[in-house]
Parts: sequence; C-alpha cells; structure tokens
Amino acid sequence: MLRRLHSLPALIAALVVSFMALTGAFLSLDPAIQHFAASGTQTAGVNAAELASSVAANFPGVERIVKLASGSVIAYYSDGAGQVAATIDPQTGNSLGAYAPSPVFGFMTELHRSLFLGEGGRAVAGIGAFALVILSISGGLLLVARLGGWAKVFSAARGTFTQRLHVDIGRIAIAALLLTATTGTYMSLVNFGFISDGSGALAAFPTNVDGGKPAAIADLAALRATPLGDLRELVFPFRGDPTDVFTLTTNAGQGFVDQATGTMLSFTANNFGQSVYEAFYTLHTGQGVWWLGLLLGAAALCVPVMAASGTVIWWLRRRNLPKLNRNVAARAADTVILVGSEGNSTWGYAAALHEALTQAGHRVHTSAMNGIARDYGRARQMFILTATYGDGGPPASANRFLARLAKLETPALSFAVLGFGDRSFAHYCQFAADVETALVARGWSPFQPVGTIDRQSSQTFAQWGAATAARIGTQLHLVHTPARPRTTDLTLLTRVDYGVEVQAPTTVLRFGVAESARGGLFGLLGGRRLLRFEAGDLVGILPPGSSIPRYYSLASSSRQGFLEICVRKLQGGACSEYLHALAPGSTIEAFVKPNPNFRPASGRTPVIMIGAGTGIAPLAGFIQGNTRHRPMHLYFGGRDPHSDFLYEDAMAAWLEDTRLTRLVTAFSRIVDGAYVQDRVREDAEQIRTLVARGAQIMVCGGIDMARGAREAIDEIISPLGENALTLKAKGRYLEDVY
Amino acid sequence: MKKLVAILMLATAIVAPETAFAKDLSITAQMGPYSGRPAYLAIYVTKPDGSYDSTLWIAGQKTRFYQDLRNWFRGIAASGETIDGITGASVGSGQTLSVNVTLADALIDAGYQLHVDSAVEDGGYYPNDVVLPLSTASSGKPVSGSGYVQSLTVTM
Ligand SMILES: Cc1cc2nc3c(=O)[nH]c(=O)nc-3n(C[C@H](O)[C@H](O)[C@H](O)COP(=O)(O)O)c2cc1C
Repeated sequence: MLRRLHSLPALIAALVVSFMALTGAFLSLDPAIQHFAASGTQTAGVNAAELASSVAANFPGVERIVKLASGSVIAYYSDGAGQVAATIDPQTGNSLGAYAPSPVFGFMTELHRSLFLGEGGRAVAGIGAFALVILSISGGLLLVARLGGWAKVFSAARGTFTQRLHVDIGRIAIAALLLTATTGTYMSLVNFGFISDGSGALAAFPTNVDGGKPAAIADLAALRATPLGDLRELVFPFRGDPTDVFTLTTNAGQGFVDQATGTMLSFTANNFGQSVYEAFYTLHTGQGVWWLGLLLGAAALCVPVMAASGTVIWWLRRRNLPKLNRNVAARAADTVILVGSEGNSTWGYAAALHEALTQAGHRVHTSAMNGIARDYGRARQMFILTATYGDGGPPASANRFLARLAKLETPALSFAVLGFGDRSFAHYCQFAADVETALVARGWSPFQPVGTIDRQSSQTFAQWGAATAARIGTQLHLVHTPARPRTTDLTLLTRVDYGVEVQAPTTVLRFGVAESARGGLFGLLGGRRLLRFEAGDLVGILPPGSSIPRYYSLASSSRQGFLEICVRKLQGGACSEYLHALAPGSTIEAFVKPNPNFRPASGRTPVIMIGAGTGIAPLAGFIQGNTRHRPMHLYFGGRDPHSDFLYEDAMAAWLEDTRLTRLVTAFSRIVDGAYVQDRVREDAEQIRTLVARGAQIMVCGGIDMARGAREAIDEIISPLGENALTLKAKGRYLEDVY
Repeated sequence: MKKLVAILMLATAIVAPETAFAKDLSITAQMGPYSGRPAYLAIYVTKPDGSYDSTLWIAGQKTRFYQDLRNWFRGIAASGETIDGITGASVGSGQTLSVNVTLADALIDAGYQLHVDSAVEDGGYYPNDVVLPLSTASSGKPVSGSGYVQSLTVTM
C-alpha cells in the first residue's frame, strides 16, 4: 500500500513536480543574487525619519520607500514623465543606480506559480506541491523500511545503481523537499482562499488626521522611533493633501503617521495568520535568507533525478512480474505457493515452480505472502519463497505476513521455505529463517530444511528443485533465469594456467572486447551493443547446451579493453570444464551483470583485501585500477608459491609503482604452510589501526575461507567495539563469496 | 450577467430612487506592456469636490494588496462600503479588461469623475493612473493612463 501510495502519484506527478522543481531551483538563485547585491548596504544607526528625510531631499517626487528582504532600500518616485525607482544608500539617501526587478525572475515566478495558465495553472502547481508532500512522506517511510528501521537510516544503501541513487539522493534531500512541498501547498491553499493569510477585509483609514501644516519629515516622532532594520515600507502622503498620512509598514505591523503631529494615528499589529503566512513565505522562497534559498534550490534539483530513477525502478519491477498460468483458487488448491518479494524477481522463480508443479499434475495456488488466506480447504503442502530486505526484515509483499499468520485458522500444512538473498548482507536470508521458525512454532512441520539462493543463482534454484522433487516424489524441472541482457560473443585472447601440480588447476582467461562494443559515443548511441563493466562485476557465461548461466568475478574493467576472469576447474563442473578446454581464438557467449555492492568505496581511506585462489580476480582488478595510489593491503592465499601464485608478476609490478601498498601471502601446501586468515591474525595490530582509521575490508573467495576471515577480523577489531557485522552494516565489510 | 448588474446597482450606493433613470457603461482597460505579475486595478467614481463616491470594479482578489491601490483604498476605507461581488481577476501585461456597469443618470455630465488606480506586486503603485470625466462627450474616446494602463475607454 505504502509503495502504491508512493509510485502511483509519483508517476502522474513526475512531470509536473519536476517542472516545478526546476523552475523553483532557478528562482532559488534570486535571494542569493539580491543578497550579494545588497551586501554593501549599511542599515545600522539610521531610522525611518532620517531615511525619509534624506530621500525626500534628493527625490522631491518620492512616493514610497521599500526595504527588500535582502536589505536593499528602494525609492519609487515620479520624475515628471512617470514613475521610476532607484536603489538608495540609506546612510546618505543618495541613489546607487536605477532599480528594476529582474524580468527573468519575474517571468520564472509566474511560470512557477501558474505555468501562465491562470487559475487552472495555479491549481496544477498546488496539486504538484501536494503530490510532493505525499511522495516525501511515503518515500521517507519506504526508505526507513528498506534500510531496516529508523536507527539505520544512515547505513549504506544497497541494490542496483538506480536504487542506490534514488535512496542516497532521497536521503539527503527529503527534509528540504518536505519543507518546500508543505510550504508550497500552504501557499496554494492560501491563494485559493482555503486558508486565510491573515489580511483582514479592509483596514480602517484613520479619521483623526490633524490636517495642520506638515512638519519636517526628520522630526516626525513615530518615524524617528522606527529603526531602519524594522522598516518594510513607507508610503508618503499625496503632495499638497494635508489630510493624507504616511503609511508605515514594519516587521511588527502597519500604522498611519500624521504628517503634522508625527504621532502614530493607529497601528495594527500583524495577527497570527499574517505571521504564519510570512514564515511560510520565507521558508518557501528563501527571500531574505539566501542560504536557505540555495539549499532548497539544490534539493529541488534532485527532484527530476528522483523522478527519473523512480520511474526506472518502477518499470523494472513491473517488468519482473510474470504471468501465472492456471492459478487455482485458494480453497481448491492442493499446493500453495506464497511469495515474499520487493523487487519482484522472486515472482519469476515462483512462476517457474508454479508451472513445474502444474505440469506435474498439481492444483497450485500462488499469491503474495501478505495475501495468505484464512483457509486453504484441501491444501496438503505449502511453498514459501521469500526475499529478505531491510536488515534481515521482510520484503514489501510479506511485511504483514507474520501478524496475519497469528490469526490463521488453517490446519497445519507440510511446508518448505526457500529464501532469496545476498550473502553480502549481514543477515543473509534472515526473513526466510524467521518465517520457518514462526511456522514451526505454530506446529507446522517442514518437509525439508530452509533453502537459500544467493544473488538469484539459477543454478542453486535448479539444484533446490531437484532436491525438492525427490522429497515430494514428483518430477520438477526448474529452470528460471532472471531477465538477462542479450549475450555478446567474446573471443579468447590468452590464457595462463596455474596450479596443476597442487590439484587446483586454475586458468586466467583474457577475452577481447570487440571495438564497437566498448563504449564511447558510438557505443552509447548503439545502446545494446555497449559492453561496459568494472572490476568486481560479474560475467554470466552460458556453456553450450545450457540455459543457466554461471557467474565469474571480473578482474578487469572495460577501460582496459579486455575482459579477464579466473576459473578453477571443478570435477564435473560443466562450465569450468568447458572454459578450461578453450584455446585462444575460440569464442564464448556471455553477458555482464553489474555487482555494485562489491566495490571499494570512493575516497582515500585504506582498503584491506583478503582473497584466496580465484577470489583474487576482482581484488587484482581493483589494484590494477588504483592509479590514484590509495593505500591497499592485500592478503592472498594459495597452495604453493611455485604453482598457483596467481598474478605473481603483476603484483610485483603493482608493489613497485605503489598501486599496492603491501602484499602478504599465505601458502598451505608447503613446509610451515598457513592459511590466509592465519596471516591476517598475525597482522592484528596493523589491521586494527587501519580499521580505526576507517579502512574498508573486502573479502573474496570460497565459503570456508570467508568464514575463517570473518572470525579472524571479529577477534581483531572487537577491542574497537566493532565486528564484521557492524562494519557490514556501514558498507565497510564487503564479501563476494561462492 | 443579469445578476451581476443587479448587484452592481446595489453596490454603487448612489443609485437614486429613480433607478429607472440608469445608464449602462462599458469600460475597457487596455494594459500596456510591462514585465511583472498581473496588475491590480481599482475602478471607482469621485464626487465633483474630488472626494470618493463609489467603487465600480476591482481587478485582483487578494485583500493583502488592496492598500497598494492608494487613492481608492483611502476612499473606500472612510466610506465603509464593501466590495462583495464586484471583484475579478487581476490583469496581465498587454491584456484587456472589460466590465459592464450600470450607473445612475444623475452622475453623468454632473462633474463626477471616473478613476483607475493600478499596482503590481513588487512593482509600481499608480494612484490615479487614469482619471476621466463621466460625460457623454468623452464616451467612446480612449484616454491614456500614466501607469500600467495604456488606455481606458468608457462607452455609454
Ligand atoms: C535494500 C536491500 C536490502 C536487502 N537486504 C537483504 C538482507 O538483509 N539479507 C539478504 O539475504 N538479502 C538482502 N537483500 C537481497 C535481496 O533479498 C535479494 O536481492 C532478492 O533476490 C530480491 O528479491 P526480490 O526482487 O523478489 O525482492 C537486500 C536487497 C536490497 C536491495
């Protein structure tokens, strides 16, 4: 619901709001420009009587004096031919030059207020402002849920580039946007008379005017009592009309001053409504508070970016939603599939399961977890496929599941949970585990343990399918590959082989990236043909005859002009055997999948890298690209320095030119052999110092090695009150584990 | 329109017992070119001695800006009159405002004058932007203004 509340008005209002934001951002420059124009104006020590007197001496035709919010003083006077205005030096009453409000800002203001469409345009602008209020609030709540609660709103954003952009910009701009939007809505409501701006019907003109001979302006007591700082406007009486008065507007209110006696004939203080209006006006326009104006303007510039990224996110999520064939009603189904998803990718897997079970003759009902029915009349088994979001929390389509479960009447079912997640998160597939615990607590019994799928691996899903088929005694052929980009043909340039002697045959493969596919303007225009990647991204490779891609971490970026991976040959591994059999000149089918969550943070803080075996690949890529010589410390583990020391020569060169600060190696199959985590422990002191200075830790390798490294790091940094999990939450402990 | 005219007749307090002797006036204000927001206008009548008589039309609806129509504001404030039903939208640069009002015959060719005050937010204030006698002789003849109003034509 919250999501719908966020995305529906967003799509409709995206254009209007972006337009308002851009014009608003432009207008936000006005207070700053005025501020700097007024910066020489000295208002101290002058009162309204002195100012009016000196201005009247210099400009006999003066009609009124206005002090702008920026502090500039303007005199309007008639010079015989017509009315003109000049900026005034308040100390002397002399002209500083002719004054005319900027026609550009005037034009933009009207555009911003009404789009030059009159009252209809004003209504559109007001609705746009209100849409932004809803968007800011619902977006803020979504942000909190996504990041795992109020306490974590400043933790590292996760997800695709667009998602992180949306979250990061939103997080910075939300307060300012909420302010602009609420004040804008208020001003629109005032304009349409729904809220009073406090100005009464018609203020009374004084009836007790003396009418005697006008006194010298400098002697008028009420004006003398008004310091220039308090003055807003002083309107002079009509010349030659002794019954007319000075109309004085100050920060506090408005009054009439008798030109003969100098007394304040009546003074109306600003009422509550006026004060509110002025406050909102200032907060919306930044008039007189130039830095606020610039701040709001900068926030407004974020709106079009938010609109574009939000639209992309919405579109991708929609596209992920599959169609379910033959979805049986809840009461008629023998098998129920419940889906917990936020980005909708889990729905694709659920659809594949739905299809396979239906093929196998089951009557299947599939719905969102939040849509769990009170009663599944004939169901015998239930599958729950759910992603994890926030910090180990439920995804959007399951956020009310646990509460609803408590009210459920369905008799216990046999069930299985399959979690979708990402090992780089502190609480990997935590929600799936929580769901199982909750069901077991209700007396339900799982027919197989919780399965987990890391980063939407089609391979693990197929394996889970095979295991499940064996349990429930039906044929299940589960093939689901999330929408992937079109594949490109890559040609093998070179290969270097390692590790045969130590039973760890590993090859470093370098593929050429066709010139036309490499980016640049041509590539950008070409769109699809563009193959762009960073070290640490993944390449998906389809071995012949398979539709399930295998992923390898990239050791190069597309700027280098080639694509490099490290492949360890696994017994019976179809893809690794296929790649190990390649000779230079042969081509493979591949596509790139961005892996933005595994990248050194920007900045110059040190990076500690821990990798073993082929896990060196992305790390080598990061070091290769470290041309700005940020401190990088590498711990590398292998079996034998004479056999599987991957990138040995390159590392020597990187140490030489200080792209790599320090290299520590560990080899396990030699005399006094050690694992990489042992070396990490030996360096405890130094690592603790680096972490205390803000270092980021990146780990890449197999599950066992990653666990070992995590334990070592936990021990080392516990004196700092940190551990791998707390660092993970800050985006400072990254893992790429396979 | 019928209704509006009726209200106008009530509003123009001068309507004498002999309401039957009334004249329809059409007033057209052509705004000059200027940069800035739409202008507020007050169209009103003064007595032969120059004092305020009655209001015919106010263009612009935010009371916050009414006091900028200086001469009119002073007059109406003292008269205690209200302007319900005789206000409309403000008028932008180059636009034309047309209003039809009904006026008692007694005011025509009797020394009464028609005034227009104009003002623009963050811009200039022009009390008595246009002043012209309410006379059959001046009917249909454009009079030029000194401020935002380029010309004003009253046709009887
Ligand atoms: C903001 C965000 C937070 C996430 N939090 C976790 C988490 O705490 N634990 C986990 O295992 N996976 C986490 N993930 C990974 C998702 O669960 C995983 O990508 C899943 O496949 C997404 O499925 P969906 O597209 O159906 O929502 C998170 C992803 C994002 C974008």
